[in-house]
Amino acid sequence: MLELLELFFGSILDHNIALAYILGMCPLIAISTNLRNAKGMGLAVIFVVTITAMINYPIYVLLQRTETTQLHLLVFIITIAATVQFLELFLEKFIPKMYNAFGIFLPLITVNCVVLGVSLFFVNRQYTFLETTAFSFGSAVGWFLAIVLLAAVREKMAKNSDVPKGLAGKGIAFIILGILSLAFVGFTGLASI
Amino acid sequence: MKLIRLKYTKWFNISRDGISKNNPILIAVLGICSALAITNRVDNAIAMGIGVTFVIIASSLVVSLIRNFIPSRVRMVTYMVIISTFVISVQMFMEGFFPAIADELGPYVGLIITNCIVMGRAEAFASKNPLKYTFVDGLANGLGYMFVLISIAVVREALAFGTILDIRVMPSNWVNWTVMAIAPGGFFILGLYIWFMRELSKNYEVQA
Repeated sequence: MLELLELFFGSILDHNIALAYILGMCPLIAISTNLRNAKGMGLAVIFVVTITAMINYPIYVLLQRTETTQLHLLVFIITIAATVQFLELFLEKFIPKMYNAFGIFLPLITVNCVVLGVSLFFVNRQYTFLETTAFSFGSAVGWFLAIVLLAAVREKMAKNSDVPKGLAGKGIAFIILGILSLAFVGFTGLASI
Repeated sequence: MKLIRLKYTKWFNISRDGISKNNPILIAVLGICSALAITNRVDNAIAMGIGVTFVIIASSLVVSLIRNFIPSRVRMVTYMVIISTFVISVQMFMEGFFPAIADELGPYVGLIITNCIVMGRAEAFASKNPLKYTFVDGLANGLGYMFVLISIAVVREALAFGTILDIRVMPSNWVNWTVMAIAPGGFFILGLYIWFMRELSKNYEVQA
């Protein structure tokens, strides 16, 4: 139990998937211009990443049994696309409120590298099912943290600061990310993964 | 004379778009994940660049070949399957012939699938254009991507380890900047590169 907790907090702070492993940059940069959208995207990612990792784990075990692990990339990406599609239909039908809140973000997640990245990391590190769950949930929360922090800084900056013309927009977003990432280096050694 | 005429052909325009004018990383800011995560060493950057270029060319060609037979409702899934087939072959090739590099790149080879550049080229160019232009476009975008990757990696490796391709370039009393080898260094360098390129080309981002 303690190890699971360590894995969970480690993957939020120490091994943050956005700031230490640099995954999911495209949506991180594109959707972080205002805080509201960033929150929506972050929540959708938490939801989808945790569910797809839990679905991909038994599928990977099945692939191991049949000795076709070289196909795992192909199978994972199809599972992810199918899960997102299914979630979209399910939410639209049964929880329309949530569906409206996620809006456009849900279909966009299929191409978010965090989702596939988490699934590939558990294969690489040979986690058990419980570890996979803790790790995927933690990573997704870490990504949420990163996008919300970045969006808050960018929103404030757009109003109050005088950024050089060439650096405005995406350029300054990378500099902010660099500083954030530097701050997260301070957590190194908090937990082993 | 021949050079001047070359300037107005479609071939030339497509290649210029991919390599400089619409460079996938610096102007469109796509495919950043791999561009930052693996550029702390030049040899990783070269391997990744070649891998991505191959996947872009191969998948664009296939998409272009069958573009008239794909129903538009399932085109995304079709692209995904085509792309992942080529990524798997790249991964197996690397594991077979360059195990050291494959080890270091780890899951990032598999993540070529979700590299937006590959998908973007398939959707924006290959699905509408004939085979020969698709090939030029894929090659130009791949080279543009590889060029940025290598130029980031050269700076980072020189500052972080004092070497380029394991050949010592910095003076022997050089103190390694460890921060360049980890994530923050990548962010800073890319941010500065984007700034530099935009100043150079006067291609500013419009304030929203």
